[in-house]
Amino acid sequence: MKFGILVNEGPYTHQASDSAYHFTAAALRAGHEIVRVFFYHDGVNNGTRLSVPPQDDRNISERWSALAEAHEVELILCVAAAQRRGLLDGDEAKLAGKDSDNMAPGFQISGLGQLIDAGIQADRLIVFGD
Amino acid sequence: MATKKFLYVNRKAPHGSIYALESLEVVLIAAAFEQDVSLAFVDDGVYQLLQNQDTGKLGSKNFSPTYKALGDYDVSKIYVDQESLEQRGLNKQDLMPLVYEDEDDDWAEKDSIHVVSSTELAEIIEQQDVILNF
Repeated sequence: MKFGILVNEGPYTHQASDSAYHFTAAALRAGHEIVRVFFYHDGVNNGTRLSVPPQDDRNISERWSALAEAHEVELILCVAAAQRRGLLDGDEAKLAGKDSDNMAPGFQISGLGQLIDAGIQADRLIVFGD
Repeated sequence: MATKKFLYVNRKAPHGSIYALESLEVVLIAAAFEQDVSLAFVDDGVYQLLQNQDTGKLGSKNFSPTYKALGDYDVSKIYVDQESLEQRGLNKQDLMPLVYEDEDDDWAEKDSIHVVSSTELAEIIEQQDVILNF
């Protein structure tokens, strides 16, 4: 089956991003296809490479990056939601005159159209949120 | 491109969190994809459609006038849960009038808002291909 995944909550604050990760990893292990993982609302905070969680805790953004590398999963942050919350890739940072970007490997910034497209392409769009 | 039935379920109050504003942003962008779009307002989500919202003292953006543009984006199926209205002492007259122009009826202006029972809303949900909860 083809799944689209929507993550609407930030890491550590809320279970949603953990559940989305575990669902996505399990679906891939079971041989399903992940059309795209789309991060919206505070979910965009999953894509920062500057998070430094305690060593005895999971590293949520690194976990997503590893999944993207192993399975070529598309991880997309909504551009409008990301800009509001200070999640910037190199181009965005340059454009906005900021001194740094903070995107974790494997994440990309794109528009909300990618969410709608995931809904159209996928057999099921699964929403993880509050 | 395939056409699917998209339902956006709005469950949260318009101010106090960003969900309502960012949900509306999805709906407006999605209009470009020419899908079959419906909106549902349930629980505190019904407050999103209240008339005369004023966020001046909150210091946040009052985006409520944007709902009036939904008709121009071909979003004409807006379902409001009756029980949620009643629980909050509201009725349809407390909501912004939202209208669209019906191209199949000589562009007559028609009401987009349908107050529905929970049973009717369950049937509407059952008919959808994609449901986005905000």
